[in-house]
Amino acid sequence: MTDTLPAAAVEAAFKPPRSQWRDVWDQFRTHKGAMVGAVVLALLIFFVLFGAFIWRIDPAFIEPDAVKMIRSRNQPPSWAHPLGTDQLGRDMLARMIAGGRVSLAVGLTAMLIAILLGTTVGVLAGYFRRLDGPLMRMTDLFLALPLLPLLLVMVLLFRDKLAGVFGPELGTFLLIVFAIGVTSWMQSARIVRGEVLALKEREFVLAARSIGTPSRRMILRHILPNVMSPIMVAATLGIASAIITESALSFLGLGFPPDFPTWGRLLFDGVDYLQQYPERVIWPGLAISLTVLSVNYIGDGLRDALDPRIRGR
Amino acid sequence: MLTYMIRRLLLAIPALLFTSLVIFLLVDFAPGSPMSQIPLTVPPDVRARIVEALGANEPIHLRFGLWLYQFFVVEPAYLLDQMFGTTLSTGRQRILSWQSRSPVMDIIAERLPQTLTVIGLAYVIGVLIALPIGIYSAYRPYSWFDQIGTFVAMVGFSVPTFLTGVVLIVVFSVNLGWLPSVYDTRLRMTGWNSFVQQAGQMAMPVMVLALFNAAEISRYMRSSMLDTLGQDYVRTARATGIGERAVVLKHALRNALIPVVTVIALGVPTVFAGAIVTEQVFRVNGLGALLINALEASDLPMVQTLTFIFAVLIVLFNLIADILYGILDPRIRYD
Repeated sequence: MTDTLPAAAVEAAFKPPRSQWRDVWDQFRTHKGAMVGAVVLALLIFFVLFGAFIWRIDPAFIEPDAVKMIRSRNQPPSWAHPLGTDQLGRDMLARMIAGGRVSLAVGLTAMLIAILLGTTVGVLAGYFRRLDGPLMRMTDLFLALPLLPLLLVMVLLFRDKLAGVFGPELGTFLLIVFAIGVTSWMQSARIVRGEVLALKEREFVLAARSIGTPSRRMILRHILPNVMSPIMVAATLGIASAIITESALSFLGLGFPPDFPTWGRLLFDGVDYLQQYPERVIWPGLAISLTVLSVNYIGDGLRDALDPRIRGR
Repeated sequence: MLTYMIRRLLLAIPALLFTSLVIFLLVDFAPGSPMSQIPLTVPPDVRARIVEALGANEPIHLRFGLWLYQFFVVEPAYLLDQMFGTTLSTGRQRILSWQSRSPVMDIIAERLPQTLTVIGLAYVIGVLIALPIGIYSAYRPYSWFDQIGTFVAMVGFSVPTFLTGVVLIVVFSVNLGWLPSVYDTRLRMTGWNSFVQQAGQMAMPVMVLALFNAAEISRYMRSSMLDTLGQDYVRTARATGIGERAVVLKHALRNALIPVVTVIALGVPTVFAGAIVTEQVFRVNGLGALLINALEASDLPMVQTLTFIFAVLIVLFNLIADILYGILDPRIRYD
């Protein structure tokens, strides 16, 4: 006699195995806030990336004719200028699009720097016991630094010099991105170190070591793919805080130069006209808040989706 | 516990030295500092004398050593003199601001009350709002109260303080005209009228900061309380029939508060630093405004000292958080 499996079990056995990322995606989809956040963020990214191709007004365009220029200033919303014009007659919608590009670019690049630094420090500290002490002491020391005051000092003191070398836009961009990056890698370093320490005790690492895998391949093939989840969560939340920090710097007047719009800079410029034209503050502020809110929600959803203890419940 | 505290205090010394060195080197190596502020029309020999008078031409280790000496020896000595009438600091130079030529510490002492009243009050109010919301959210998870509470917390945590501040100004100062948008530091509280005025001008900055802090703390409170309410001893307490109130407020809350208390302690220095932005929005004449002002004027001793005070706050409150954790949680033993 041969045992026959029930048909359902046979079918299940022949189905291709579900990949891990498929599971993560299924779990992510159940988090309503994260899904709404992802849609809003996608719309915002679409707005800043392709908006300039649809809305073809130059954000820096000022009417060269003096009479026309004076007439075009401070206009209320109309079909020609859906968000109105600013005190120099520049189109606010075009400036919002251009500003969003810079703000998002700053957020992404600063996050990449921070994550790269944090992961490197965390993996090295977790994997090589000899480096653990010194690297973690260094992380603690960095955590004791007052970050916002230091950022202000860095930006103010190095801005002109870098602007002279790279030009005002690129110089400020590099400075701000670098400054935010080097002051926000500590949290991810700590998280990654903890994960690596736990991974090092696992059997597959022992197996890999026993067949003589060199450290470099060990880290790249076995350790790094397994610490991806906390890194991704830290990266998402890092974008949010980098965007907030950049706009705070711009708001304090220590960010990008005046002709170079970012959302924070637009908000800062709008504050002077707060009494007459509050919408000039509200629009960029709303854009910053929406971006940060949706990124935070995505981070929350990712954390749930990437946690195998929650997934599948 | 005592040995642990002493060890931690000793460990804080290299951290503080490192911080002050980083700040010092950053300020010193910066190409924008400090002599670029002297107009180019000033002849070179006069410029050299200005630099010499400020003491900025000495080698770096000398200036760093001098600053350390002034900060850790002269200033405390001066403070003792003020308190007990001794003469420990006579003949020793205090840290002077390059901007006003008066001692840095005096200016800081002048500005500190504004920052402390606004920020301290905001933090206390924030905590007082956050705790009940967090507790109730965790007690009835996924109820409508929890849903709204978590959403508001997420929004409060994501919307930058400079936006909430500006929106409040638009609503309450511009449209309704109820509250002043600029903080008046010269206001002295003498009677009921000036008290109302003071409360009015503090209302908006306090509201902004309180909302932001409450958002962050209520998230911690909720998750900590959720963890605790799922514990076995809570079920046991319920089984003894002592009543829901006692279970939640005595058995669960006391344990759930332990991590939250440390978060609250750790948040204090961040609040000080974050208040720089809020002070700028409402023109509160506090430490944050002082720092920005000093930065723009390249007043290096002031920048150096203020930043270092922020660093001291961080190290101090980290220590307080650790000690509190040890006191509150008997499972933590530091020996």
